[in-house]
Amino acid sequence: MTLYQATEDEKGLSIVPARYAGRWVMAGVVVLGVVLLGYGMVTNQRFQWDVVGEYLFAAPVMSGLANTLLLTAVSMAIGIVLGIGVAVCRLSPNPILSSAAWAYSWFFRGTPLMVQLLFWFFMAALVPKLVLGVPFGPSFFEISTNTLISPFTAALLGLALNEGAYMGEIVRSGIRAIPVGQTEAAKAMGMSRLQTMRRVILPQAMRVIIPPTGNETIGMLKYTSLVIVIGYSELLTSVSIIYSRTFQTIPLLIVAALWYLAVTAVLSVGQYYVERHFERGFTPHKAAKPAAAAKAAPVHAAAVALASGPEAELEKVK
Amino acid sequence: MKEPIVRARDIRKSFGNVEVLKGISLDINAGEVACLLGPSGSGKSTFLRCINHLEKIDGGQLWVQGERIGYRRSGNKLHELKEHETAKQRAHVGMVFQQFNLFPHRTALENVIEGPTVVQRIPKEQAIEEGRQLLARVGLADKANHYPGQLSGGQQQRVAIARSLALKPSVMLFDEPTSALDPELVGEVLDVMRSLADSGMTMIVVTHEMGFAKEVGNVVHFMADGQLVESGDPHQVLEDPREPRTQAFLSKVLA
Repeated sequence: MTLYQATEDEKGLSIVPARYAGRWVMAGVVVLGVVLLGYGMVTNQRFQWDVVGEYLFAAPVMSGLANTLLLTAVSMAIGIVLGIGVAVCRLSPNPILSSAAWAYSWFFRGTPLMVQLLFWFFMAALVPKLVLGVPFGPSFFEISTNTLISPFTAALLGLALNEGAYMGEIVRSGIRAIPVGQTEAAKAMGMSRLQTMRRVILPQAMRVIIPPTGNETIGMLKYTSLVIVIGYSELLTSVSIIYSRTFQTIPLLIVAALWYLAVTAVLSVGQYYVERHFERGFTPHKAAKPAAAAKAAPVHAAAVALASGPEAELEKVK
Repeated sequence: MKEPIVRARDIRKSFGNVEVLKGISLDINAGEVACLLGPSGSGKSTFLRCINHLEKIDGGQLWVQGERIGYRRSGNKLHELKEHETAKQRAHVGMVFQQFNLFPHRTALENVIEGPTVVQRIPKEQAIEEGRQLLARVGLADKANHYPGQLSGGQQQRVAIARSLALKPSVMLFDEPTSALDPELVGEVLDVMRSLADSGMTMIVVTHEMGFAKEVGNVVHFMADGQLVESGDPHQVLEDPREPRTQAFLSKVLA
């Protein structure tokens, strides 16, 4: 029996895509809106763009920005480390550890960050002296709480401890997303619990953990502005000091907003690269750069790979 | 009589109220290929997982190469070993899973050298060289730098076998190694297992591949309802079973 051959008429008719008038109308509305917004921003004198330009790189704004970045980076770093600890404790078979981790999350997620910041700042009222020594026994070292808790340390404690509670949940969800077979395979190879976590579970969990952590970092960048209540001089504090003197409120708030936007843009780009790094092995369609030998006929490839390019491939593995 | 590689005596295991192993006793000798057959739910996979202590046994005693697994005896008591002690015991027992369980974030070669470098602390260069030889042995030398996601199921399972062999185990456990594979990929994995058996490796294989059991197996253990029903030469058990439960199972499978 011969295979059926399609006739010319059955073969190549050209395809006309469907057209949607509604989409064009919506697009027109959006473009019009954007144009009006831009026109207003340029022509409305009260934006005072000249003042914005004047203060955008002013020294107090720069130092405020530097403090914001420092606070964001250190709080996030501590928050992430705390979060991993909290998550591992939550998933621990030890009931005391897991309930302690749960209680930590409950407390720090359940009270307003502003309250926590004020609380740390006024800690001296609750605990006037901090003592290092044997519990209920002799003390070796004492320090007044007010000396230790500066606006910076209070801000750091407040932001980092709060962040740790949220990061704990994010890390936990990442760990739980990894199939149990991965743990079993690692166990079967004789890996310890720590090795399994570090080499098998966390690297894969990072894929799940990174996007919400990017969210948290961008959130943290802006939450740092809350420390204005305890008088630490970050970006928003700096501009508010200036506009309370010059009454140029709007342009100075725009200065702050522009910087927050710029940093967020940089963070988003960074997140893209971090995500790409942990995407290793999870993008099946993008083939790994094939080793030279892999192009050889598959039957002999085994022998060829060993004979031809082991040095080059050794480099890759390292 | 030489000490068997695996000696199991009256192994019992329950999940909640369900007793899945009701006292299994058997020996696996060096160089033997033992196939565990039986209907699903008969406890054969659970028994396999007990051998490397992925499942804790609730009763009975188990030795691998004369070493008691999971417990230390003093007097009439068995003290549970700590995790790092059982981890050490597991490295002598290789395991291949139904779902391969390769580490998806590591290439084929990185998967194979993971155990030697991390658990046995062998120098990386040496592990890489041995890893390449193992990949060549399973016919995948050209896939060393591929990630598991870029390999077919059969290729992944062969990498998983190489990964287990890298730890130089004294016995290999296979938990339905071909059940998750497309039919046309089963052969390549069975071929690797056959050559492994020919090289003298002691193997315990939970499988539904009757042909493999008959051709490669030295002994077949038929399990049902958590009990060992019948053991013997593969041809005898599969072609002329004595027990009614074995007969019933085989008549369904071979029908």
